[in-house]
Amino acid sequence: MRNAFADELTKLGDKDSRVVMLSGDIGNRLFDKFKAKHPSRFFNCGVAEANMMGVAAGMAMNGLRPVAYTITPFVTTRCLEQIRTDVCYHEVPVTIVAVGAGLAYSGLGPTHHACEDISFLRSIPNMVVICPGDAFEVRAALRASMQQDHPVYIRMGKKGEPVVHAGPLANFQIGKATPVSDGKDVCLLSTGNMLPEAIEAAHKLKERGISAQVVSFHTVKPLDEAYLKDAFGRFKLVATIEEHSLIGGFGAAVSEWLADTRTRNQNFMRFGTPDAFFKKSGEQEYAREMLGLSAHQIAEKIISRAALRRDR
Amino acid sequence: MNVAVRKPATQAEAGALKLYAAQLRGKIIEMSHAAQAAHLASSLSCADIVTAAYWHVLNVNPGRPDDPLRDRFILSKGHAAAALYAALAMKGYFPIEELNTYCKDGGRLAEHPPANLLPGVEAATGSLGHGLPLGCGMALSGRIKGEAFRVFALLSDGENNEGSVWEAAMFAAAQKLDNVCVIVDYNKWQATARSNETLMLAPLRDKWAAFGWDAREIDGHDIGALAEAMQGVPNGSGKPVALIAHTIKGKGVSFMEDDNNWHYRAPTADEVVKAHKELGIA
Repeated sequence: MRNAFADELTKLGDKDSRVVMLSGDIGNRLFDKFKAKHPSRFFNCGVAEANMMGVAAGMAMNGLRPVAYTITPFVTTRCLEQIRTDVCYHEVPVTIVAVGAGLAYSGLGPTHHACEDISFLRSIPNMVVICPGDAFEVRAALRASMQQDHPVYIRMGKKGEPVVHAGPLANFQIGKATPVSDGKDVCLLSTGNMLPEAIEAAHKLKERGISAQVVSFHTVKPLDEAYLKDAFGRFKLVATIEEHSLIGGFGAAVSEWLADTRTRNQNFMRFGTPDAFFKKSGEQEYAREMLGLSAHQIAEKIISRAALRRDR
Repeated sequence: MNVAVRKPATQAEAGALKLYAAQLRGKIIEMSHAAQAAHLASSLSCADIVTAAYWHVLNVNPGRPDDPLRDRFILSKGHAAAALYAALAMKGYFPIEELNTYCKDGGRLAEHPPANLLPGVEAATGSLGHGLPLGCGMALSGRIKGEAFRVFALLSDGENNEGSVWEAAMFAAAQKLDNVCVIVDYNKWQATARSNETLMLAPLRDKWAAFGWDAREIDGHDIGALAEAMQGVPNGSGKPVALIAHTIKGKGVSFMEDDNNWHYRAPTADEVVKAHKELGIA
């Protein structure tokens, strides 16, 4: 995802002289092309994220389109007040791009994990929260962000994730879920870098005779309420899947929607990280397995839930 | 608008500036009384700095508050909002009568400056340590867009406790933002204690100089000197400018000066009369 981000940003910067790149001393060589083409619009802001976010807001107040980028916890929780007060309260078009969402940097330890950021950022007024499911969604989200006038948070994985979509997403819209595959029994609403796991889970469900629809629910705020209404009306079971805490994340947002709309929710399941730090060493795949977020675990839980429902 | 350097304040102009400062203080005291609002002493402390800015230095036009070429003045010590509101109203950004709505239900003049609500307010402040990073972003945007405006950020001494101030200080120096000027209202008090007994600021000028700024100490109540120093930005040093302005909290009213109770206290009607008399605007 991150290489797609750097490439798309360079393209956007070629066309739009308002695009400015701010990096928190990260992405060695990643932005070489952008720097070469637009040296006056690239700033390494150092390991000083509070200042970087304030600088981004100040630039946006004067008509520029700054993109502030570093590793997820440092570009979110580290400078949360600057995001809230400088960016969102002033409602200026800063695009915050985070790399290493969820457990993408599992091996670096909990200082580099980010399973609370959606919760914090979606509670701030004026903030849009987008969790792209693959590299094409990253490109589309970044383009869409530059075409509107509000603060946007884009939560990326790392690099080298499976590419889900066949090509550029012409119909990508902020706040509109993107269906990936059709199904009729179960609806898997995935946000962010869990999309490949959701697709794999759907394959496993299919082997067991359960037809699952997979949706990239890339925008957590604003929620695509029309899609939710349709999904909860149409499917026997709806599940949210995210690499983020069950507290305050995508599943929590859908739970709030269910409560507020008094939608029947006996057929709802949430997959996410528990209310605990993941302290052991190990890469993302291992962490997902330990936390029950691997495709086969998701499929098994859905099957047992579906069986439970049949027994009744 | 042009950005030609104006001459330092003449004798006559200095006298006029003193009068504006006294009127500004008078308004601030009235507002604090009417609203029973805190931060009176903090507002009086920076009244001469605000006067120098709005009545001499800033290249601004109250009729065009969004002019892209205007100088930016950021009240980073947002708790001195009364001083900013009174100055903006006196300069004609909004009707002077609106000062009567300070802190009142439904008004635009909250205890800290609001975002996108009041003409002339460049940034919502109140949480300390935000104004300078914002100002650096504004200054860089001016450089990118070829707009030769200047950015002035007024910080409190207590605000220098915030790490983000020093992040921004290093950033501004690295980016050679010589069109940025920080004025520190160094009144030696923060909300509940002496500044230097809370976090050691001294030697404050040396700190800013060590962070790569053209830093100098100045009498924060000498409006002429303030006007000249601020008007001189950028000053040819290639560095951002820090003016460490020595001030007295509650300046201008004998029974408020250097008495930190007035950080939170609001004056009675009698005290307003006494204060106005001392300011010579009774």
